[in-house]
Amino acid sequence: MNAKIKETLFNPIFKGNPITVLVLGICSSLAVTVTLKGALVMALSVMFVTGLSSVVLSILRNTIPSRVRIIVQLVVVAMMVILVDQILKSFEATYPIDKQLSVYISLIITNCIVMGRIEAFALGNKPFPSFLDGIANGAGYGLVLIVVAFFRELLGSGTLFGLQVLPSCYVTNNLVILPPFALILLGCIVWVQRSIQKDLQEK
Amino acid sequence: MEYLSLFVKSIFVDNMIFAYFLGMCSYLAVSKNVKTASGLGVAVMFVLLVTTPVNYLLNKYVLGPDALIDGVDLSFLSVIIFIAVIAAIVQIVEMVVEKFAPALYSALGIFLPLIAVNCAILGGSLFMQQKEFAGVGESCVYALGSGIGWFLAIVALAAIREKMAYSNVPAALKGLGITFITVGLMGMAFMTFMGISL
Repeated sequence: MNAKIKETLFNPIFKGNPITVLVLGICSSLAVTVTLKGALVMALSVMFVTGLSSVVLSILRNTIPSRVRIIVQLVVVAMMVILVDQILKSFEATYPIDKQLSVYISLIITNCIVMGRIEAFALGNKPFPSFLDGIANGAGYGLVLIVVAFFRELLGSGTLFGLQVLPSCYVTNNLVILPPFALILLGCIVWVQRSIQKDLQEK
Repeated sequence: MEYLSLFVKSIFVDNMIFAYFLGMCSYLAVSKNVKTASGLGVAVMFVLLVTTPVNYLLNKYVLGPDALIDGVDLSFLSVIIFIAVIAAIVQIVEMVVEKFAPALYSALGIFLPLIAVNCAILGGSLFMQQKEFAGVGESCVYALGSGIGWFLAIVALAAIREKMAYSNVPAALKGLGITFITVGLMGMAFMTFMGISL
């Protein structure tokens, strides 16, 4: 594995994390972090969509006229999202997901991570690095999602993946379940990261 | 009366930003000062008001079960149709505004084309589909209310951020971190509307 591939693969996980550094894709992410299961499904779906749409658009990059590129990108991304949606629907009988999550799966189309990485990376690079970039950004996004979901499910319901972890004398904190807490938690994650990486601090 | 309660509900109770986190990216990126924030807010409101009723009609007469052809359910195509309609309408709105209101066009600048990928717009259409409205009127009222809610939210955050420039925030929290926490606290304030039934 040469240095450049390594860089593409590991940079988005922490140093260039799409959520905490690039501020992309916050829109659909916060509502799905009430439970770890929802966060995991969302993270995998986003990885799938960013990876594959980056490859497709990277292959097409020299044939798309730049004036209509946004609409072409949207169509390709929408196709991938429909694929994910249909796959999840086909497993609905054995692994049910709630209705709320399915709206946010559709909203991956307008998730800025997908469009942002296509614009910033896939349109200027070969398919293989674009694929790695897409997967890595999806993973960086998923990591933040899972950290947020871990705390929200643990403190909000006392469970992890639906299994009781905290003793039953623990009084569940309903504030943690409510959406605003996700933002406050995210603010704290940014705080921790920027305390470690001082070069990210804003003046 | 029904319209009025839907209107108030979509502004405050079902606020796009604080209840559903939609349109968060541009919300955080463009809220540094009140002037540009209100420009974007107006643009979002306008596009939402145009696209939601159009998508409502498409959903009802083309995509729904048995709508176009008997026995054919095209609803799996709804997302791709919605986003195509939104992209096309944003393009048309851009051209119309450029031709007839050049002052507004230059004020909105880059925000207008970017609205095509604003989650609040697609979210408006998807929630409209989920809520199963009875008529075009309801979807118009819902879109207008959601747009006003988004506008209020972005102007409020921009005003707070302008004031925050004078406060002493820890270095690592400056900028993004404190903005997240501010939005969280604002969201908590908006939660007070949740118990209201109209």
